[in-house]
Amino acid sequence: MRALFLAVLLACFGLQTHADTVAQIANAHAADLAKPSRQTIGPVIADLAASGDPMAAKLLEAWGNKALGQRKSDKAFFVLAPDAAGYALTDLTGADAGTAPKAEITELKPNAGVRGLIASALVQFTLSDPDPQRRAQALDSIAQDPKAESLAPLRASVQTETDPQLKAQKQRLERLLILRFDPDPAARVAAIASFGADLGLDLRGALNPLLATTLVASAGDASQLNIARTLHPGHDLAAADAYDLLVTAGAAPARLTHEAQKKALAAHIVDGKVGTVPVADLTDQSARDRAYTDLEAAGTVPTAATDDEVAAAIAAHQFYEVYAEPNRSVTTAAQAALAKISLAVGAMQVADLTLDGLSLAAIYFLAAIGLAITFGVMGVINMAHGEFITMGAYTGYVVQQIVPGYTASLVVAFPLAFALTFAAGVALERLVIRHLYKRPLETLLATFGISIALQQLFKNIFGTQARPLTSPPWLDGALTFNDVLSISYIRIAIFALALMFLAFFLYLMKRTRLGLEVRAVTQNPAMAASMGINPDRINMLTFGLGSGIAGIAGVAIGLFAKVTSELGTDYIVQSFMTVVVGGVGNIWGALAGATMIGGLQKAIEWLNPSNTLAAQTYMILFIILFIQFRPRGIIALKGRAAGD
Amino acid sequence: MTHPFDQIPARSSGSKHSGGAGSGPRILATRRLSRLPSTFWVLAVLVILSVAVTLLSPAFGLGEMSTSFVKTLGKTLCLCLAALAMDIVWGYTGILSLGHMAFFALGGYMIGQWLMYARTEEIVVQALSSAPIPATATEVAQGVATQIFGVVGGSDMPWIWGFAYSLPLQLALVVAVPGLLALVFGWLAFRSRVTGVYLSILTQAMTLALSLYLFQNDSGLRGNNGLSGLQNVPGLGAVTQDVLSIWFFWASALALALAYLGLTWIISGKFGSVLRAIRDDEARVRFLGYPVEVYKLFVFTLTAVICALAGALYYPQAGIINPAELAPIASIYLAVWVAIGGRGRLYGAVIGAAFVSLLSSWFTGGRAPAVPLGFYTIDWVDWWQVLLGLSFVAVTLLAPKGIGGLFDRALGLHTPNRKGAPLGPAEGALQEQEAVE
Repeated sequence: MRALFLAVLLACFGLQTHADTVAQIANAHAADLAKPSRQTIGPVIADLAASGDPMAAKLLEAWGNKALGQRKSDKAFFVLAPDAAGYALTDLTGADAGTAPKAEITELKPNAGVRGLIASALVQFTLSDPDPQRRAQALDSIAQDPKAESLAPLRASVQTETDPQLKAQKQRLERLLILRFDPDPAARVAAIASFGADLGLDLRGALNPLLATTLVASAGDASQLNIARTLHPGHDLAAADAYDLLVTAGAAPARLTHEAQKKALAAHIVDGKVGTVPVADLTDQSARDRAYTDLEAAGTVPTAATDDEVAAAIAAHQFYEVYAEPNRSVTTAAQAALAKISLAVGAMQVADLTLDGLSLAAIYFLAAIGLAITFGVMGVINMAHGEFITMGAYTGYVVQQIVPGYTASLVVAFPLAFALTFAAGVALERLVIRHLYKRPLETLLATFGISIALQQLFKNIFGTQARPLTSPPWLDGALTFNDVLSISYIRIAIFALALMFLAFFLYLMKRTRLGLEVRAVTQNPAMAASMGINPDRINMLTFGLGSGIAGIAGVAIGLFAKVTSELGTDYIVQSFMTVVVGGVGNIWGALAGATMIGGLQKAIEWLNPSNTLAAQTYMILFIILFIQFRPRGIIALKGRAAGD
Repeated sequence: MTHPFDQIPARSSGSKHSGGAGSGPRILATRRLSRLPSTFWVLAVLVILSVAVTLLSPAFGLGEMSTSFVKTLGKTLCLCLAALAMDIVWGYTGILSLGHMAFFALGGYMIGQWLMYARTEEIVVQALSSAPIPATATEVAQGVATQIFGVVGGSDMPWIWGFAYSLPLQLALVVAVPGLLALVFGWLAFRSRVTGVYLSILTQAMTLALSLYLFQNDSGLRGNNGLSGLQNVPGLGAVTQDVLSIWFFWASALALALAYLGLTWIISGKFGSVLRAIRDDEARVRFLGYPVEVYKLFVFTLTAVICALAGALYYPQAGIINPAELAPIASIYLAVWVAIGGRGRLYGAVIGAAFVSLLSSWFTGGRAPAVPLGFYTIDWVDWWQVLLGLSFVAVTLLAPKGIGGLFDRALGLHTPNRKGAPLGPAEGALQEQEAVE
């Protein structure tokens, strides 16, 4: 098979005249083989590739693996293999040449740079290697660094490829190489057209260099150039830039910069004057120009290009953006293909953005759902809610230190985090909030006091550096649809968790006795009490529940965010916003709020990708304005449930 | 008791005088001020403090006090001024704004722009004057821009520095920028009847948005580097920091005294009564025909401007300002000071701000003695926040009147018995005007 490949290779390169055997080549290049350097190795490899001898690959491989040796007695080359007697020798025709003691052989040890060159040369041989894995590696290395030389061997290896998947890959790569390097423009155009609106990054990577442009100034005939567009100085090209281009091209003298002018003036101060202008007057540009003109008149400084000359020079030239690719039909086809692709990419990006927005919404929803209970249903402002999230995340971290196995530790961490934060919530309700139900502003401040105390406590216990909360291996990686659209499994998991919470919340509030009592107590505590419901107990349980859910959310958030004592603070304002924007007292409102905030934030980030800070700023401004128009949120309670 | 602090002596006489019928404006003004005898004591303490600090300062006195401590005291007075504004907006009007420290910091940024620009210009002109050719205005401006913005990788002056060359213009901005922001934000919020905790969260969001914006490098205010070197006042290069610190201390004390007098005058008249009425029952005041939104907007904007002025005095003493200064937590601390001092009484805000901020800097400065417990040593640098947080909860729960409640107790004032009816939404503040009965 290899022989066939090399024969084809040979035919392609049209190098029949070099049909020497490997042994002959090795003898011809003996010195370069023995003492290779990056400069001298090129011809050796080229000759070997052209030889058509199946031993060429063996020789290169052995050379690269430091398994090539030279017998000291007759300077003949052998492929070495360790043997009891020293080395087992294989000569360059592939025949067994017996064994030799180590002392008789000089091992050839090319340095790392040379080995790299050998390895890349080997790629074209390994394309037909019997081992599919090595063929795949060879394909990868060609794809990473596409070269014109790779086209012929690749084309040759396609026919003989047996693995259908590899064959498809090879054919794709072949077309990519054709569209860049084939000498026949028609073949290139056909290759470009064959892709259609393919979304692969490799295709765009191949097409973009075809459309790369450079700025060119031309004084005469420009019909030879493949012009992308003509530029007009003063309109789409700044006159200064146009002149700079001429200067770089050597078509015009350099202009006098202010720096150079200042230096020249300083060098010609005579009696406190430059020319006729006193030094003290040189505080504005026109005075300096006058002084320089004086010096020019006296002939002490070189004449600098005046504005008129600059304008004339610019007018005498045309300015073009020129494609690096000289063939017009190829660039036209590439442009059309890219336009088609960018449309498809745009659609995929919208889909990707939607997924991103949804997963961010899920995170916000997760952080806010506990708050939707304590703030939304009970109307209690709990500024320490963020610290309950942190508490959950730290619980996850501590459990991972004790319980081996990431999956097992998560199974332990979720209920434990719930239990801990539930207890903390109940304690907070009993000790603080119960006494402040009539004073909501003071609830805000008191729970804020709890918040700063807890935050500092976390800092004292766990330090200021981020603690890792590692997700189990089955959550690593991402679900990839194509090069544009993908979503990580952890985001899917969070999305699922958010939906589970939503279902749980709905079930609890609408289908259980506790939910009924909670609704009764929040609507009218006095009436509920007279119906035999204990409002104190219900308030305590509800608050505990909201806090417990924050704890679970904390474990989930800790899986992808940095677990620090300030984790909760990052989410608290957003969470309140989610609940307020969505509409207080309604879980669907919180969901709508989270979706809106998450989606909008992603959309703003997309418009201004370099800057997530700005996205958050504009998001908050938007919320402030939004509340103007719907002060009660997206889904406002109506009737008696609305309270005031 | 002869001097009931901050109390209106009797309801009948109070309402008669605040109507102002029959009494001349001069008499009215003095009466209104004399009705709050705490004003005299606060001003007296301020004067005594100023004289004492001057006599102990290194510049004009014995030098017993370090320059940095003079600066700390000056800064504390500025914080008291901000707390005073917070007390008006929260303790008297019932708007728990969590954004007033943002106005404070904005004031600092506005004055900081001039301080930094003019100072850098001095340095650049100095550096360029040694060159053989005198510099053009463009070169100076370019040099200043590179000096200031090199740290965020820029070399152009953003447009928001357009007025930075001029002290009067920038001083006008100290008032105008935070004032306009408060006016627009307040108009939007009050117009749509956002009240209570919703308003608090909204103001907090505004503060967060502002600080996130300023944290960006391309905000034009040097990102998280902030403005620095503000302790050097341009044109006063020959004056040492010893002297400057005392000047700023005097300015801060004067500002506090004037604001105290002005605010006392405002809240002791009919205007103040309307404010307290809005705090206690907004709907009822609206039904009585008062334009509640206008009152709230006026108070919100006025206090924002006071905070901005306090900030403009504070940051030249602090020397540096960065976006962390207007993080939402700073505004919450402001509320904490007022609550601990005692809401709804101006002297409470001053005492609270001075007490907590000085105590805070004592504890976090590492000067407080550590408490050995045998198995663990309580290091106050780590534990002060915990103590502050918990004591804040304790004050809210157990002593809603704050430190001011101690004065009530000393003077024998107590909460009226309302026969079981709750005291309303802001219990701590509500008791003040009724405690005499």
